[in-house]
Amino acid sequence: MNNTLKNIWLCGLLAAMSINAAAQEHSMIFNHFKADRLEYEGNQGLHLFKWDVQNWTGNDEQKLWLKSEGDYSADQNIFGRADLQLLYSLNIDTFWDFQIGARRAFEPERTFDAVIGFQGLAPYFIEVDSAMFINEKGNVLGRLTLGYEMLLTQRLIFQPRVEINLAAQDIQNRGVKSGVTEFEAGFRLRYEIEREFAPYVGMDYVEEASLREHQHSLRGVVGFRIWY
Amino acid sequence: MQILGNGHYPNGKCMAICLWLIVMGPVLAYADVYRLSISEKSINLIGESQAAVLADGSLPAPTLYWREGEQVTLQITNLLTEQTSIHWHGIILPYQMDGVPGISFDGIAPGQTFTYQFQVKQSGTYWYHGHSGMQEQQGLFGALIIEPQHSYQPVDRDYVVMLSDWPRADPHRSMARLKKQSDYYNFQRRTVGDFFTDIQKLGFWETIADRLAWGDMRMEPTDLADVTGINYRYLINGQTVDAKQIYLFKPGETLRLRFINASAMTHFDLRIPGLKMRVIAADGQPVMPVDIEEFRIAVAETYDVLVQPQADQAYSIFAETMDRSGYALATLTPREDLHAPIPTMRPMTLLTLADMGGAHSGHAGHQAAELHTQTNDADQQHAEHSAPPAQDHAGHEAVGAVPPAHVHQQTHIDSEPAMESHALLDYKDLQATEANHALMGPPDREITLRLTGNMYRYIWSFDDTKFADAEPIRVKFGERIRFRYVNETMMNHPIHIHGLWQYLDNGKGMYNPKKHVINVKPGQTVNVDVPADAEGEWAFHCHLLYHMDTGMFRKLIVEKAEQRHE
Repeated sequence: MNNTLKNIWLCGLLAAMSINAAAQEHSMIFNHFKADRLEYEGNQGLHLFKWDVQNWTGNDEQKLWLKSEGDYSADQNIFGRADLQLLYSLNIDTFWDFQIGARRAFEPERTFDAVIGFQGLAPYFIEVDSAMFINEKGNVLGRLTLGYEMLLTQRLIFQPRVEINLAAQDIQNRGVKSGVTEFEAGFRLRYEIEREFAPYVGMDYVEEASLREHQHSLRGVVGFRIWY
Repeated sequence: MQILGNGHYPNGKCMAICLWLIVMGPVLAYADVYRLSISEKSINLIGESQAAVLADGSLPAPTLYWREGEQVTLQITNLLTEQTSIHWHGIILPYQMDGVPGISFDGIAPGQTFTYQFQVKQSGTYWYHGHSGMQEQQGLFGALIIEPQHSYQPVDRDYVVMLSDWPRADPHRSMARLKKQSDYYNFQRRTVGDFFTDIQKLGFWETIADRLAWGDMRMEPTDLADVTGINYRYLINGQTVDAKQIYLFKPGETLRLRFINASAMTHFDLRIPGLKMRVIAADGQPVMPVDIEEFRIAVAETYDVLVQPQADQAYSIFAETMDRSGYALATLTPREDLHAPIPTMRPMTLLTLADMGGAHSGHAGHQAAELHTQTNDADQQHAEHSAPPAQDHAGHEAVGAVPPAHVHQQTHIDSEPAMESHALLDYKDLQATEANHALMGPPDREITLRLTGNMYRYIWSFDDTKFADAEPIRVKFGERIRFRYVNETMMNHPIHIHGLWQYLDNGKGMYNPKKHVINVKPGQTVNVDVPADAEGEWAFHCHLLYHMDTGMFRKLIVEKAEQRHE
């Protein structure tokens, strides 16, 4: 049953994308890869490699959007979190895209969620990436990321960032506790050697809550941003 | 380029042509054939070789000299591996000869030769350029100088000063960058430091209000140019500042400088420190002379000015970009080894909230529209190079000189009646020399065209609709259309209509000047009258290349007058 729903969802999604792609073939298609974060994050007791990567292909109105986020602990040789989203993205307003698709999580458990979200630029230049995830059982999770950029110089950019992960209810098999499951607030200070390539340093405060544990930590970050 | 004169016709036609010439008189005595071949060529302007698309291997393309009344034949051969085209900018001609692929013709396929043929019905300073892909940005442009049948303004020297912007990056790549990050090339954005400077200048709450207003719009007041000096070298007649080009004169002579802005994306503020300029023509058409010290030349505009340097000294022709991210430079000098000091670039004039009034009414009305300025350190350094040492200029002498045949005995500027003088040329100062009575009375049709865009996504359009999704604009032959351009964006848009003149409504009534390009400033509304006196399908677009390509383009169809059933 779950698989059937999953397949219907995916088929509908792909059909919508291909129909629209055909209708829009006269306009310019671009591809944009962006690794917003490729970084080492750690403190005394923690050493993680994190990634936050997106790629879109499409025209002004419609895009096929891939997003992947996760972290890998070199000490323990395990992935703490790793997922991939495949989204159809429709430009609905000057600054906003509506996105719908699917998320496949590989770690910590293999799960499958439907995704609906909005991505864009809010007033006062606040970058917003929001998504609602709905799993096979109808459980609802949410993720909201807010970012801002302050120019110290034309190339040295201070970037505060907040990410909140939410759950509408406990999900026993994933160990998810309702409420804020993960809160992350921090900043990156990047230097744009080129627009497309910027190494950075930063700090993150991370608070995680699950049915099993509740922990918070402060982490230093070093990494780089790259896009093309 | 080859110019073939008369007498190249087969013998059989000779008699007919001779008879025809006798009947028609000297008006049609000219019927030259011009041949150009378009090819890709490697050139080095930035210290590394890049591919350029050139006519006859020349940057700019060869200047073509036509005569009013002449029947010109232009054979354009495409030696590229992609389609090409040549558009005769500002020229009144049959639409099939206009050179816009997909509208006037099918373009010129690789290996093919297309023959343009039409009668030249105007005189003045114009230009021609590619209208396929990004070829115009890649070097496919040249000057068109048309000698009038009558009343040629006699001058001692006649020069073409063709401005352009040469990109470091492949233009397709620049387009992709703008689509992904629209402020990619803006390295003058406001910083935290500017915030504190503004607090000192304007006060805390004023500055906060300003930042909130811009933040609410999600726009940047430094966003004057989409592509800047980070990517461009600015050229005069195809040469960088480093080439130290000179235009020679003898003190006391009258010079006619024909300025053409062949840039893809760059408006220039042009001055010759120490010299007054007398504007005598705009977009090829004569205007009542007006004395100025500086003018802004929008993309695709042309201005003819007279200068009369009296002193035995050199002058800089200094064209700083509107956003002050660079400049083009040449020297007006009595001697090859004499150069003028390079002027310092002035601070850029930021957009104000008042500019944005048209775009976002509600934000601007009550806000103080302060004129902010900011300097760019890099630019300042760039501008502080002292006058360069003397070099060998043998190859640079008399750049763009119009052949001696066009040069007549001098008349002094001072011999003309006194006239208004302005520091800065304004569209309001332009007045046609001849009245056009057809401009009187109400227009037959009024069309409001909103100039729209999404800077964040780098999408440009008319009436919020891109060319790809838009229906053509249809008008009837013989109608006079009044277009009302309402600029709802924060960019300048030089609006160009092919094949038809735009009479700028600047309050001069029958003497409103006619132009082929009307620059509409941010938030501004401009009215133009367009007599639909040429049937066919015409391109109608913003002449900023990247705006045109992303959708700020329409097809304008002038339909045949309806048959009357009586």
